[in-house]
Amino acid sequence: MCGIAGILARTESATIQEKTFLRMISALRHRGPDESGVYLSPHVGLANTRLSIIGIDGGTQPIGNEDGTLWIVFNGEAFNYVELKSELVEKGHRFATPTDTEVVLHLYEELGPDCLNRINGQFAFAIWDSSREELFLARDRVGIRPLHYYCDAHMFAFASEIKALFQHPDVPRTLDAEALAQVFTLWTTVTPRTIFRGIEELPPGHYMRVSKNKVWVERFWSLPARLMENRRVPSPGAAREELQALLTDAIRIRLRADVPVGAYLSGGLDSTLIAALTSRHFNNRLKTFSIGFEEERFDETRFQREAVQHLGTDHHWIFARNADIREHFPSVVWHCEKPLLRTAPVPLYLLSRAVRDQRFKVVLTGEGADEVFGGYNIFKETKIRRACALHPHSRLRPLLLEKLYPYILNNASPGQAYLEKFFAASPQDLLDPVFSHRVRWRNSGRNCTFFSSAVQSDLTGFSPVHVLIDRLPPEFSDLDPLSQAQILEMEIFMSNYLLTSQGDRVAMAHSLELRMPFLDYRVIEFAMRLPPHWKIFGLTEKHFLRRTFADLLPASVTHRPKQPYRAPIREAFPFTTPPDYVDDLLSESAVRRAGYFNLAKVAGLAKKVRAPAAVAAGETQDMAFLGILSTQLVHHQFVENFGARDLEPIVPKKRIVITRNRSHSFDEATILSC
Amino acid sequence: MEWDLEKTVREFVIRNFIFDDDGSLQAETSFLDSGIIDSTGVLELIAFLEETYQVKIEDQEIIPENLDSVHNIVSFLERKLGAAPNLQRAEAN
Repeated sequence: MCGIAGILARTESATIQEKTFLRMISALRHRGPDESGVYLSPHVGLANTRLSIIGIDGGTQPIGNEDGTLWIVFNGEAFNYVELKSELVEKGHRFATPTDTEVVLHLYEELGPDCLNRINGQFAFAIWDSSREELFLARDRVGIRPLHYYCDAHMFAFASEIKALFQHPDVPRTLDAEALAQVFTLWTTVTPRTIFRGIEELPPGHYMRVSKNKVWVERFWSLPARLMENRRVPSPGAAREELQALLTDAIRIRLRADVPVGAYLSGGLDSTLIAALTSRHFNNRLKTFSIGFEEERFDETRFQREAVQHLGTDHHWIFARNADIREHFPSVVWHCEKPLLRTAPVPLYLLSRAVRDQRFKVVLTGEGADEVFGGYNIFKETKIRRACALHPHSRLRPLLLEKLYPYILNNASPGQAYLEKFFAASPQDLLDPVFSHRVRWRNSGRNCTFFSSAVQSDLTGFSPVHVLIDRLPPEFSDLDPLSQAQILEMEIFMSNYLLTSQGDRVAMAHSLELRMPFLDYRVIEFAMRLPPHWKIFGLTEKHFLRRTFADLLPASVTHRPKQPYRAPIREAFPFTTPPDYVDDLLSESAVRRAGYFNLAKVAGLAKKVRAPAAVAAGETQDMAFLGILSTQLVHHQFVENFGARDLEPIVPKKRIVITRNRSHSFDEATILSC
Repeated sequence: MEWDLEKTVREFVIRNFIFDDDGSLQAETSFLDSGIIDSTGVLELIAFLEETYQVKIEDQEIIPENLDSVHNIVSFLERKLGAAPNLQRAEAN
């Protein structure tokens, strides 16, 4: 795990300033505190900050091939590097390090972009191909590792995080109104867009080739959703055996590391299953970690205790108080680099710090199972709404709605008639390609009314949902409803929120690498072959997963309905004495200066949400409040005061400098220190 | 104080759900269709009506026909208050 950054000058006159370049990589120190290295030629720069996990002593990056024509900076893991390496050695490749990074480099040398189909991993990397004078960048299939870029006529710059790009004086720092509308409606931006104008991300499962004159982006993997008649569905028994073997193997290769690997244990099905398989097959002294909450309705400590007792792991708890959430929210926004509608990333940020304090660099997590095996309530909501739309006179079906969201309704329901109208669907609505998410987006999209008139006028004619619909694959409308909802959830929410704001960013803030066995592409491809009713049987979510591993888990976990991982919002941000950053950022002058929101509406909302006796209800308003506060934080930290932040400069351990040798026509490599 | 159901209800909805009178709320505007009040916001509305007008709103009365616009609420309250003339009119005090 690492931070990577680089620049390609696109005109002859544009050269790379080493000082600027070092500032860029210094901004990624938290991603790789162990060592760093740079490759610099007059027109190309690559840099890496390294969190050493595999090949600790010999793996300083950038790493070159045998003749120095290819150089790589790599963030992440190629878990199957052991197998790939033997193949490459047979083909005559020579290796100078024991790292997976070098395997990826030689695999590229051998196969070109096709190398990506062979890598089972989580990665973002860049290879400078000096003979083609081309930069090759790639990002893993589902977007576990980040990769952002900026491109203009003079340069192309990339980095693991946007804050590194912003160290370059030519990279603009402004918020994009359309991206803001996407966040407020869809809960995140739609790839490749980011919240900052002109900064894009390489979409998951894509690669990119950049030369002086050309930039092109290609997809190498997409979620394999097929029509039912085209699926090769195994018998239930064979399918269970296949899943047991696949998931065990996904864990096995994810335990490859030269440092100890721990596991998160939330008390839910997914993380308990990963911990159970790990301790049964690979490590009977597994160290596990979890979060407890001050607010009882978010707390899962009881279930965590049962899981720990059953598994016998060495467990470590942290406790998230409301005051901690408030205190650390600005740092979390700094790391996530986007407005947030939820506080759930904050406890995970605190957890990664605790794990790091226990000297762990790597943990396994259960992330991805809900998307892949059908765990989310929105999948069930879709099923119920479809049933209601198809049977408009049924009296019983709408009753199911009330069971869906007890954690939002706080055990009080507004009544059947209201839920029916709120979730109402007509047969006509079933033709809507985003039927599954329409109610959610309509509801949260209402929060766009908090935007200032200037932002609203920038948004004239813009529809966040239409942009998304335009990106859907052509076969999408023919798929079964669960596959459609899964694709939406994975394409939009998983990589851009779950794997970043609740994943990579809050873990790497404390130099911790997360590994997700459920997101092994073999597991995903297997799960997408299963019939929808195996995943959600009646209204039992992740049915197939539960049945397959029932023997391994305590009954309380197997039979426990999913409790979504959430964290308090309004409880964390009441008015306080003395006032703090929340008051500053939501003050009339700060809101006016930033210019994104309507002053009167922000004041009214803040007064209501922050009132001492805040009334129950109002999930959507909580999200509006947090969206506004975090947008103000993004503005404050990245637009208004970016330069004010101290940056501890990195001194690279490895420095490869290519100077144009005037007496020869070739470039000459000088390895100054290594 | 003047007994003005419509004004009181309208002000409550603006103060609690719209936050600024942007002219979008008409007497007939459907709260649910326009997204002004979501299914959880209804609970807030009910708490306000029960407290302000000292009435008990029964489960079977929690239906959009009674509560989904300023106009619907006013008609509902008038029916309810008219049917129970002895109830103390909190706001009138």
